[in-house]
Amino acid sequence: MGLALFLVVGCLVFIVGTIVWKGLPALKLSMIFQTPKGGFYLGKEGGILNAILGSLALAGGATLLALLVSLPIVLYLNVYTGRRSRTAGFIRFSFDVLWGVPSIVYGAFGFLLMVFIGLRTSLLAGILTVALLELPIMSRAMDEVVRLVPRDLTDAAYSLGATRLETAFRVVVRQTLPGILTAVLIAFGRGIGDAASVLFTAGFTDRVPTSLLQPAATLPLAIFFQLGTPFAEVRERAYASAAVLTVLILAISLISRAAVRKYSRHTIR
Amino acid sequence: MRFRLLQKSDGVGKKPQRTDGILAVLETDGPAPSRKRRLIKDLAARRFLFGLTLVPGLLVFVMLFGLFWKARAILAVKPLGRLLLGTTWKPSQGEFGMLAFLAGTLAVTVVAMVIAVPISLLTAVTLSEYAPRRMRHAARPMVDLLAGLPSVVYGVWGVLVIVPFVERLASMLGVSSSGYSILAGGIVLAIMVFPTIIHVSLEVFSSVSKDLRDAALSLGANRWEVAKKVVLRKSRQGIIAAVVLGLSRAFGETMAVLMVVGNIPRVPKSLFDPGYPLPALLANNYGEMMSVPLYDSALMLAALILMLVVLTFNVAARMILIRAERTAG
Amino acid sequence: MEGFRTHISIQNLNVNHGSRRILKDITLDIPDRRITVIVGPSGCGKTTLLKSLNRLLDPSEGLRVHGRILVDGENIYSPDVEVTHIRRKMGLLSQKPQVLPMSIFDNVAFAPRIHGLREKKTLARTVEHYLKLAGLWEEVKDRLATPASELSVGQQQRLCLARGLAAEPGIILGDEPTSALDPQSSKHVEQRLIDLKSDYTVVVVTHILRQAKRIADYIVFLYLGEVVEHGPAEKVFERPRDPRTRAYLTGEIS
Repeated sequence: MGLALFLVVGCLVFIVGTIVWKGLPALKLSMIFQTPKGGFYLGKEGGILNAILGSLALAGGATLLALLVSLPIVLYLNVYTGRRSRTAGFIRFSFDVLWGVPSIVYGAFGFLLMVFIGLRTSLLAGILTVALLELPIMSRAMDEVVRLVPRDLTDAAYSLGATRLETAFRVVVRQTLPGILTAVLIAFGRGIGDAASVLFTAGFTDRVPTSLLQPAATLPLAIFFQLGTPFAEVRERAYASAAVLTVLILAISLISRAAVRKYSRHTIR
Repeated sequence: MRFRLLQKSDGVGKKPQRTDGILAVLETDGPAPSRKRRLIKDLAARRFLFGLTLVPGLLVFVMLFGLFWKARAILAVKPLGRLLLGTTWKPSQGEFGMLAFLAGTLAVTVVAMVIAVPISLLTAVTLSEYAPRRMRHAARPMVDLLAGLPSVVYGVWGVLVIVPFVERLASMLGVSSSGYSILAGGIVLAIMVFPTIIHVSLEVFSSVSKDLRDAALSLGANRWEVAKKVVLRKSRQGIIAAVVLGLSRAFGETMAVLMVVGNIPRVPKSLFDPGYPLPALLANNYGEMMSVPLYDSALMLAALILMLVVLTFNVAARMILIRAERTAG
Repeated sequence: MEGFRTHISIQNLNVNHGSRRILKDITLDIPDRRITVIVGPSGCGKTTLLKSLNRLLDPSEGLRVHGRILVDGENIYSPDVEVTHIRRKMGLLSQKPQVLPMSIFDNVAFAPRIHGLREKKTLARTVEHYLKLAGLWEEVKDRLATPASELSVGQQQRLCLARGLAAEPGIILGDEPTSALDPQSSKHVEQRLIDLKSDYTVVVVTHILRQAKRIADYIVFLYLGEVVEHGPAEKVFERPRDPRTRAYLTGEIS
């Protein structure tokens, strides 16, 4: 019995452990707080600040965009349509299917979309692509919690004369705030960690982007590129960058747990 | 027993008289214009939200159509059969045979599933049938965390741990291998697929009713027998769905595999041979694809194939799950 | 009957779920400013009847409603009637108190706010008034900003009462409003309902006969989706005409 559990926990500890153990020695403060200087990829001075900030901006923008689309949809599915509605069933099915589409396909489609609307590789194109990737992840996670809102609670709001819109945004959203937040953070984490979808669309640059139309570096790609060089020092930095990314992801996960605790104040159980 | 129906003139519907001197603040229905505004808002929201809700459904088709649109160019000049079964990939000479890539994808996926399915099913059974509640609750976030690790991190880990391991294993067996191989890709993929299979099968197992379990236990079955004869049998369909979902996840995974699999476009002959999966092909060549004729079209075709395969798997798995849910409920 | 005036008139109400008939041809007048108690064994359609008054039966779940319900002389199932307007006329207390996920103050202010009251002072006075009316003010006046979910269950139910009253309904509906409460809180809520009947029409569903005896002015006995007997409370309790009512009152059916 212990064995199976050991496997899951073991894999997790093994992976995170290896990355941190290999990455920390190579990690210097300058790596986090500097952008690449000339010859960075040949082993010279600099850091991955461009990639860290790029990833945060990209995942942040994408998460915001995905939230703006998925929250209304999820509320619609649960407040406006009945529990046995066919539309709702079809939409949930679509989310399930979209959830399974590989990120590289989102990347390819994002590339087509980008060319179609006349963008070049840029932060904006990356945001659009990653938002598409995050949409089903966020919506499914949100739907899971919003679905659990007790019928009696929405009835209580209706009986006060509230419209469905008011019930959705003033009652359902507040009731499920912790769950919504978790869904947002899960999607954000996925957005930060995904490389295949931004490969085509976000480009890569050593500078920190100052506008949506400039290309942006991302952390996963920085790791990938550094690992691909023949220089030992640069490969060491890839490990360090991977450690940064891992810690970032773990931190987001922890924050989401803490947030759930903090914001469940109002939640009625 | 009926009595006189009240008319408006009887004062029904008016504010009740308050004795404690408190104001009736609102009109019976609020000021009429504000009420109208609220209702219009509600109606507008309903329309708008309905439109928005169509987005995910349409997105699937738009994606398929977009990729197909781009892939048409190459499909017009080369028969699909030759593209899929051709062994030569030389874009600069107009050769776009994808067999090696398809074989590479298939090989890593099969290896991954062979490793992942028994282990993750066993884990799921253990967690749902044997583990105490507390352990199950502790394991959930671990599984989620494993699922949440970026694929690049898996890739780096694979390079650091699995590749050297495979290299040593190969030399012990007297095979020469750099370690960057189908086997390495398969192992890394297997771990990435664990969470998906575990998650879905846990859900399926939990839908097997407790009464059924208790009934079996009361007949003198031990836990393992209950797990095998009742839970596993009852959730056979769900398990198939879980495996298929895992399969489709493995099929489309890109970065982690790409980093450990070697990327040599040849049909692999052994586990220790390098391979070149389809997603890696896309990821590695996005840069050049615009400079060679038909190259972009070929890559979009590759993306389309990926999407179609994964879509088929997913739709099938979801159908199975929905059907299983219906028969269970 | 003398002295009763009709506030709600239910005429030939049928509610079906698929082929199952939940409520069968109900015709019933509910008196104005009295406490009407609907009793009957569980599963007889009491809650459905109550929810039909508030139009909370969801057609998307396969429930079909036929018939008319006149409130203040207006058929609430007529197609041109607008549902939020109907619902506002009735405050609803559910079995388990359903406080909204916000502060105590915001709970009571919910209805006034959505119906257009913005001014802070008036809002504060309104909230105070209704909390007093529900008998909760003294207990919560120092912590209006705390989440309503931190109140005890009994307090929550009274908060729901205050919240419902703040929507300025003429009718209070209670769906076994004391079933989740301890005896002390139950008594508190019952007393509130009795106090309120001088201004409001109260309709309460319960399966506790003793509670019905304590508070009812008018009794409706519902059995398997049918109204078996209804009338002034003393009359029904002392001289039930239908054998089924008698059986229920003596505890043979429950």
